[in-house]
Amino acid sequence: MALTQDQKIVTRRVGRPNSWTLQAYLDDGGYQGLRKALTMTPEEITQEVLTSNILGRGGAGFEAGKKWSMMRKAKPAYLVVNGDESEPATFKDHMLVENDPHQLVEGALICAFATGADKAFLYVRGEFALGIERVQQAVNEAYAYGAIGQNIFDSGWSIDVVVHMGAGAYICGEETALLESLEGKRGFPRIKPPYFPAAIGLYGAPTIVNNVETVSNLPWIITNGGAAFAALGAGRSTGTRIFSLSGCVNRPGNYEVEMVKTTFRDLIYGEEYGGGIRDGGELKAFVPGGASSPWFGPQHLDLPLGQDEVAQAEGVLPGGGGSMLGSGSIVVMDDKTCMVRAAWRLARFFARESCGQCTPCREGTGWLDKIMRRIEDGAGRMEDIDLLVDVSDNIAPGLSFPYPMTTICFLGPSSPMPIVSAIQMFRSEFEQHVELGRCPHS
Amino acid sequence: MARLSAPNVERARSTIALYPHARSALIPLLHLAQEQDGWVDEAAMQHIAELLEITPAEVLGTASFYDMIFTEPVGKHLVSVCTNIACLLNGGVELLEHAEKTLGVRAGGTTADGEFTLEEVECIALCGDAPCLAVNWRFRGKVTPSAFDTLVDDLRAGRLAEEIPPHGTLCRVRRDTTKTSESPA
Repeated sequence: MALTQDQKIVTRRVGRPNSWTLQAYLDDGGYQGLRKALTMTPEEITQEVLTSNILGRGGAGFEAGKKWSMMRKAKPAYLVVNGDESEPATFKDHMLVENDPHQLVEGALICAFATGADKAFLYVRGEFALGIERVQQAVNEAYAYGAIGQNIFDSGWSIDVVVHMGAGAYICGEETALLESLEGKRGFPRIKPPYFPAAIGLYGAPTIVNNVETVSNLPWIITNGGAAFAALGAGRSTGTRIFSLSGCVNRPGNYEVEMVKTTFRDLIYGEEYGGGIRDGGELKAFVPGGASSPWFGPQHLDLPLGQDEVAQAEGVLPGGGGSMLGSGSIVVMDDKTCMVRAAWRLARFFARESCGQCTPCREGTGWLDKIMRRIEDGAGRMEDIDLLVDVSDNIAPGLSFPYPMTTICFLGPSSPMPIVSAIQMFRSEFEQHVELGRCPHS
Repeated sequence: MARLSAPNVERARSTIALYPHARSALIPLLHLAQEQDGWVDEAAMQHIAELLEITPAEVLGTASFYDMIFTEPVGKHLVSVCTNIACLLNGGVELLEHAEKTLGVRAGGTTADGEFTLEEVECIALCGDAPCLAVNWRFRGKVTPSAFDTLVDDLRAGRLAEEIPPHGTLCRVRRDTTKTSESPA
């Protein structure tokens, strides 16, 4: 069942007039979560977040409370909110920063207080010009209101919040690349270990990096309690989550739904959501969780929208394993879609966005792009299809999910997934391209 | 050669003061230089290096990594058309081809009058309204060919000057320094 506007947690105010202003936010109970948090101890707040069991909404799906618990006790410490949303077909954080920046600011303050951060940085994707303006305006208003700055709400606690704009690089969504970028450097992901910036992060100091949507849930969690959040959803996937639905559906858009209780079929076909395939078409395949995720087919439609449910499903990869909800973006491809072209476009994306540090990714993504292009252009050879699989296997040995790692970050092993998925599901289309010497769809 | 103007040096200094380490202000300063001139030339990079006490090579090293920073001149209007997956499935490639025809340049090119630079970009997170584009990072969704032509006419005639500032201007809301109490942590 679709959530009513009042049942929604993070998108409740989206669409209301002037939803981004302090006044509108206060009229809806804004900053009550922070006021309550300031009467609690940091440990109590962290406990509420652990109880909520909210999984990070950026892509990796790590328990936010657990991340906080790993914060090394040292000064200074920092909070960095990751608003660098760039995963293809993900557009939820873009909506949140434009429409509800105060919710983000309040959530960031709660997180900073709970984790002992001395300063908070809101890193917003540089392309989101309006979003950056709205967030900066919200920060200005929050300073004037007394929610940021010295002695916040007479609690004795003080913090400064800085809005930082990115400059266009997909890889900076990777949290250690984001920190490099925030240090004024090229966005190169850092070698692991250390695995968590909570140990060694910004300027080597303990740092929490949380996604915009994750942080935006915090005011509600603190106001209503972690148990109320955990009462929604099922298993490890608690609460609600925003899914970005796009592609060949009648009503693409961002939909906040209860996790696990909703299926891919509900979201794609439900009248209150996607409303089915456009022009009366049939679903051919869909991307379940961002460009980095292995694809699913019609046989997966009844899977619940839960992190473990999707990970443990029987997917399409030759090495086994399911897929991921990732960044929460679902792209629907209909029966008119050329799978070679769709997979090639994502291959080109990864080739363009590879930072170049690791050989399998730097070289592999480039070759996948070139070979896919020649097949789509009608100049492919039959052996190219196995060559694609071979190159993919060199980047992500075994071609399974979860991904094996040969690189510093997940961009590498993610990059062949669309291609391998398409070949596994629609090999005959690749062959047809080669036999015809052109794309059968053009 | 364009070093930062005196008022922009003041802005640069207050931006640097926001960060515990000056170099963190590098990307904001590149944006500032781009807001001043539309792109970042060598003199600007030299000036930024002086302000941050790093080398010009380090400035270029960072600048060259990021798609939004231009180290060569850009048209007054940067038209960024998305062709990534959601737009691909909704006519984004055809929109780009139409844009190339209307503007008379290929993606990556700038019109002779310096009004427009056209570029093909990766996902700009407006997929619910595909196909989409941005002009100087102000977004437009569900862009039809005729809507594109109208947009270009309006831009040429200056009718959108308020909504869409010149290339390089991202955040017109200044940090309110009367309330803040910067204390580098």
